[in-house]
Amino acid sequence: MRAMLIAFLAIVVIGVAAFFGLNQIGFSSAERQSAPSVRLD
Amino acid sequence: MVTRTADKRAATGWHRRGTLPGHAARLLVLLAALLCLGAPAADAQYVRPPGDEPVTAEQGRQTLADIIARQKGEAGERPHRDWDTAQGNAAGIGATLGTRGGPSDAEVWEALRFGTAEVNVSAGGEPARVVIQDGGMWWLEFREGPLRTYGGYLLLGTIALLAIFFAIRGRIRIAKGKSGETIQRFDGLERFSHWLIAGSFVLLAFTGLIELFGRGGLMELTGKEGYATLARVSKVIHTNVAWAFIIGLVMIFVLWVHHNLPAREDLNWILKGGGIVGKHHPPAKKFNAGQKLIFWSVILFGGSIAVSGVSLLFPYELPMFAKTFEILNNIGVPELLDMQPFPAQLAVQEEMQFAQLWHAIVGFVLMAIIIAHIYIGSIGMEGAFAAMGSGQVDVNWATDHHSLWVEKLREDEKTRAAATPAE
Repeated sequence: MRAMLIAFLAIVVIGVAAFFGLNQIGFSSAERQSAPSVRLD
Repeated sequence: MVTRTADKRAATGWHRRGTLPGHAARLLVLLAALLCLGAPAADAQYVRPPGDEPVTAEQGRQTLADIIARQKGEAGERPHRDWDTAQGNAAGIGATLGTRGGPSDAEVWEALRFGTAEVNVSAGGEPARVVIQDGGMWWLEFREGPLRTYGGYLLLGTIALLAIFFAIRGRIRIAKGKSGETIQRFDGLERFSHWLIAGSFVLLAFTGLIELFGRGGLMELTGKEGYATLARVSKVIHTNVAWAFIIGLVMIFVLWVHHNLPAREDLNWILKGGGIVGKHHPPAKKFNAGQKLIFWSVILFGGSIAVSGVSLLFPYELPMFAKTFEILNNIGVPELLDMQPFPAQLAVQEEMQFAQLWHAIVGFVLMAIIIAHIYIGSIGMEGAFAAMGSGQVDVNWATDHHSLWVEKLREDEKTRAAATPAE
């Protein structure tokens, strides 16, 4: 059962990493839909 | 502008023709008068250019009565406006409802609708240039109609069939009972990969269903505010857990593909229905034909879901349907199926719509397959869960379901023992 629990933990880690990682490198929905002329913040 | 429109309505005389109830006509005249009174002072100085005089029904302009009659299907004659335009009497370029110079209104709208108009935007790129996209209604109706209906029936039907099967067949027991001796079926990495894809798929399935069955479904139970929160959380989970699913998919493919290539004994296994009815199970290696079907379903359907999902995760950047449709048209698939050719030219939004529908349809199919897989791996079969739980299965279970695999393990053990010099 340990492999199962580690895998579930990995799902959480991968999910959190994807969420922050993609936002960090400019793949947020807002940034992908904007243009240089748009101020997001 | 408002004043001029009101002038025209008042002047067309439709209220005098008795096509509307009298009180409604009187109200409209009153409204027209009020709009005249309420117009800015600048309008009072408005000087009509030549050709912009108020028109009357007698001049051949289309009237509200004409429009209402046409909507009722009663208009037998060609509309006045057609005759008017044909005779070169169309309103001037600068006039209200006037033509647009070279191209007519109809041509402008057609160009906008079919994506041939030149539309310039300062932000939003290609998608923002699409002003009208009538494929959106078809998509919305299909998504809220057949997709949800048949998808829902598929899942509920699968659960119902399994419940009936369980009621009739009961749990598939180990023929000779547990021996107490175990052998390792899956190692830690295999079990990790299985649970990585399994856990993420269950999360993706539930969150995907929450997104699909919102309006007219869950929203009735949770209320709008509650559903808004639920949908937002589901969306964050769905889009980010997707990567774990993709990683798990690649891992199980690499680990298990060589066990899942078709083999001679698979045919025998399928012909005997896997021994699911009765007590004798056909011989099989590490993966029997049923498990191979599950494996390839996960790889092919899961792969297809992953590709369409990535296309949805990065909107408009990975269009694939127009190209796919073109290939299908070129190899003659529509003719084979006696269908119209697939649309090979799609607006960028249509690409996303097809990706969403495909993602959901294949998702439903895989969900149904996985429900059956979960059933057989848990309550449906004694001793099956241990394979993915501890990785150790009872020898009698293994002999029942994977006799050729057990024989091979024993032969390998003998070979190893013979090769090891006695100490």
